[in-house]
Amino acid sequence: MKARVHITLKNGVLDPQGKAVENALHGLGFGGVSDVRQGKFIEMKLKAGDAAAAKKEVEEMCRSLLANTVIENYAVEVID
Amino acid sequence: MKAAVIVFPGSNADRDAAVAVEQSIGAPPKMVWHRDTELPKVDFIVVPGGFSYGDYLRCGAMAAHSPIMREIKRAADKGTRVLGICNGFQIITEAGLLPGVLLRNKDLRFICKDVYLRVEQTKSDFTRRYKSGEVIRIPVAHAEGNFFADDATLQAIEDKGQVAFRYASAAGDVSDETNLNGSRGNIAGIFNEKRTVLGLMPHPERMSDPVLGGADGRKMFDGLVEALS
Amino acid sequence: MTSVPNARITPADIKSHGLSEEEYGRILEILGGREPNLVELGIFSVMWSEHCSYKSSKKWLKTLPTKASWVICGPGENAGVIDIGDGLAAIFKMESHNHPSYIEPYQGAATGVGGILRDVFTMGARPIANMNALRFGSPDHPKTRRLVSGVVSGIGGYGNCVGVPTVGGEVNFHPSYNGNILVNAMTVGLADQNKIFYSAAAGAGNPVVYVGSKTGRDGIHGATMASAEFGADSEEKRPTVQVGDPFTEKLLIEACMELMATDAIQSIQDMGAAGLTSSSFEMASKGGMGVQLDLEKVPQREEGMTPYEMMLSESQERMLIILKPGKEALARKIFEKWELDFAVIGHLTDTGRMVLKHHGEVVGDLPIDPLAQASPEYDRPWVATEPLPVLHAADVTEVDWRDALKTLMGCPDIASRRWVWEQYDCIVMADTAQRPGGDAAVVRIHNTNRALAISTDCTPRYVKADPFEGGKQAVVETWRNITAVGGKPLAITDNLNFGNPEKPPIMGQIVGAIEGIGAACSHLNYPVVSGNVSLYNETNGNAILPTPAIGGVGVIDDLDKMTTVAFKAPGDVILLIGQKDTASGWLGQSLYLREVAGREEGAPPPVDLKHEKLIGDFVRNLIQAGRVTACHDLSDGGLVVGLTEMALAGNIGCLLNDPGVPRHGRLFGEDQGRYVLTVKAADATAILREAEPVNIPVQMLGVTGGKDIVLADETAVSLADLRQLHEGWFPTYMSGKN
Repeated sequence: MKARVHITLKNGVLDPQGKAVENALHGLGFGGVSDVRQGKFIEMKLKAGDAAAAKKEVEEMCRSLLANTVIENYAVEVID
Repeated sequence: MKAAVIVFPGSNADRDAAVAVEQSIGAPPKMVWHRDTELPKVDFIVVPGGFSYGDYLRCGAMAAHSPIMREIKRAADKGTRVLGICNGFQIITEAGLLPGVLLRNKDLRFICKDVYLRVEQTKSDFTRRYKSGEVIRIPVAHAEGNFFADDATLQAIEDKGQVAFRYASAAGDVSDETNLNGSRGNIAGIFNEKRTVLGLMPHPERMSDPVLGGADGRKMFDGLVEALS
Repeated sequence: MTSVPNARITPADIKSHGLSEEEYGRILEILGGREPNLVELGIFSVMWSEHCSYKSSKKWLKTLPTKASWVICGPGENAGVIDIGDGLAAIFKMESHNHPSYIEPYQGAATGVGGILRDVFTMGARPIANMNALRFGSPDHPKTRRLVSGVVSGIGGYGNCVGVPTVGGEVNFHPSYNGNILVNAMTVGLADQNKIFYSAAAGAGNPVVYVGSKTGRDGIHGATMASAEFGADSEEKRPTVQVGDPFTEKLLIEACMELMATDAIQSIQDMGAAGLTSSSFEMASKGGMGVQLDLEKVPQREEGMTPYEMMLSESQERMLIILKPGKEALARKIFEKWELDFAVIGHLTDTGRMVLKHHGEVVGDLPIDPLAQASPEYDRPWVATEPLPVLHAADVTEVDWRDALKTLMGCPDIASRRWVWEQYDCIVMADTAQRPGGDAAVVRIHNTNRALAISTDCTPRYVKADPFEGGKQAVVETWRNITAVGGKPLAITDNLNFGNPEKPPIMGQIVGAIEGIGAACSHLNYPVVSGNVSLYNETNGNAILPTPAIGGVGVIDDLDKMTTVAFKAPGDVILLIGQKDTASGWLGQSLYLREVAGREEGAPPPVDLKHEKLIGDFVRNLIQAGRVTACHDLSDGGLVVGLTEMALAGNIGCLLNDPGVPRHGRLFGEDQGRYVLTVKAADATAILREAEPVNIPVQMLGVTGGKDIVLADETAVSLADLRQLHEGWFPTYMSGKN
């Protein structure tokens, strides 16, 4: 079983990297771009019985290590 | 007074801290490996700077889950003084010993330079040797020192006198211009509520010897020795 | 001989491995007529690449002076070793990572730092300082900004994380580097003289141990890439670039230091260019041994790796160790503590052959000596660079000195590099006594009041105009910079960056520069103890300026006497030491000529080695006697640029006497062998009196004070204006606003 975790900054937390990417995109002529936010993508293999259990386990990982919930949100996706 | 310096894989200012602590105490601190599950009996713990676990995932996140951190939290709860410097500050915020979090510097670059700090709170064992409002010169060396806390947390930190240092000008003015990394409230270092735990991005241990360009950092270690001996 | 499975080698295979027909003929000879298989061909190709074999430069490198009573180990090992007293040794080397840094600036520069660190700690030294020498294309070139940004953050990203201070270096711009930047990194380490480790393998049966990171498919053929000219397609070569992991490097340093403190290591070598191939070959060859490797035991990061890939991978942060008998368990425990891979991948033999096995099957069997030692050595044809006429100051336009000074202080080659060095942690390890921005970096020897002084220098425009004088000048400038902080210069490492040696004029630059370096080193008793050669630095047939970067190391015996460039107090007397009275100011090849007059012409300033030694020794004696309050050697931009740098560093101006005529020559000429000192007013005449009988020219230039640079005719420029120009250029440029 595979899981994918998307970690993003919460709204309101300054994202200087996202801003720099946005500026660079404007510089390249992509004028319509706005609100660029960057985050992390983590992929893993799991030995879990079913999708629900896997999701629960990965969410626990997010809370304890993968994300800092003071500033970050996470979303977990489980793929068979 | 007895002291310990914690060593994580990737710590690189552990020796810097040990030298400064020894200079003030007169005896070398105990170097404690992160996998140790027992802390020696000490009055003062330094969580040093560096790149624990390469700063991978988030600065300090993995070190915050080291076995030794549980012991450090327990000791801190009992009042043992804990000083987190630079990566050490990131680790102890990740571990929940201090509020807030350290984000990427506003201009995204690593910054190594001497900065001026205004001393905001002298009622602590760490800052007792400084005068309130005194301006000191200490170097920073970090890429993620941009202190962030939400409005409510920030208000509480301010109200309870937990701000230790702010980035300032040589004359002591605190403004956007002197805010080198984008920290909220120009905060360079904060205490816990009891002011027994201090975390700061600047490196007092690297400015504790005139050969290195100054000794403003030494007063922090001397103050601790004075208070705890 | 064991039978080796064969695959037919085609002419295309030979060419794609960068080997000539003639070299392939020699391979057949060495193998006794048998054709190599692909694994073996790959091994030959990396071992005989320019990068590993020095085949074009070897003949000339042999002429360099490499000995002095304080040299413990000269060129040929991973790094050079010198005696610095008190039972300690300084171990250092500089190495290029030019091509990878152009293709992927962050990783290229980062892995360059990682590689040079390993060269130094593999010999038992704890790295205590990193330096670098960087050359970029014209600031106007569309790629330059991104390359500067990537290289600087790569150097910082690696060095900062590993926790070794990056204490200085140089950054220059010139259009000749537009398609071929130079990234030369230097590391200096400190070791006990009785704990130095070498790479010669010994003891048949001793285990060959692999430690560090796992092997992946990265950087395969990096060494051959570094030995071929760039074509238009090189930006497609990205997949061969290695990725650095400074965290693992830090662990590797600590684990190796811990193992080195025991008595377990027979010999050790890092896996640098050409990875497992060159490390195992060199170790066996130096010790006259054979080696058998069982490649399936190599820790692998990817599935299904072939013997060819494992032998040629340039994955980073890996070392090869020959352990003494019975030390395996001890060593394994240390590496496991630091969470690093540890694997016995073979053993030494007494056959003089390298036998490669993969799951028991022999996949390569080569004689070591002929391959490693009988690599090609070429006496390539060369033509000497035609000497250029001396350009007289009278033939150069004179503009108001104030405008010229402002132009120079804000020009790309003189403007403050603060934007660069503030991204480097220059203070970790808490022994940095002099940070970037001075003449030499100074790093205290831990727990003592002594220090090492380190400087990297080269003035490529001089070398292009006259390779011999330019080669001398590069060496002498490091020597002067070390002297200017009060250090005694001891030895150098050289990093020779040139174009395609198969072109006789380029080969002529190589020969001339090496002869110049040799002359300076001999005269100053300042030998070469390590070095690196980077050739084929060309893009579409256009060569870079010849750039023999020199890294010098010296020792300061009393840190309390160390000098810096900053003016310390108003009222100090300013002395110019070393100005020959005949000189009217050498403007040929000067920055004044290029930046103010818009010309790049003439012979460069000659270097009078006898004069250099006389003047330098005199200055150093004054510093060591505690009589000097500030000191700066004069180089790019000449006298008044040097004075301005001193004034800006101390935020104290100066009032200068009439410089004489021609004024632009006197103020901006780049005559060599000169220092500016400040001394206490009461001591100035005494110094003049002492200098006279020993024929040292000393001139009183003026006094420190005020907030301007003021000439006797009361024309002046304010420090505030100069500071704005000097500090402004780099950040403005990098923000893309100019």
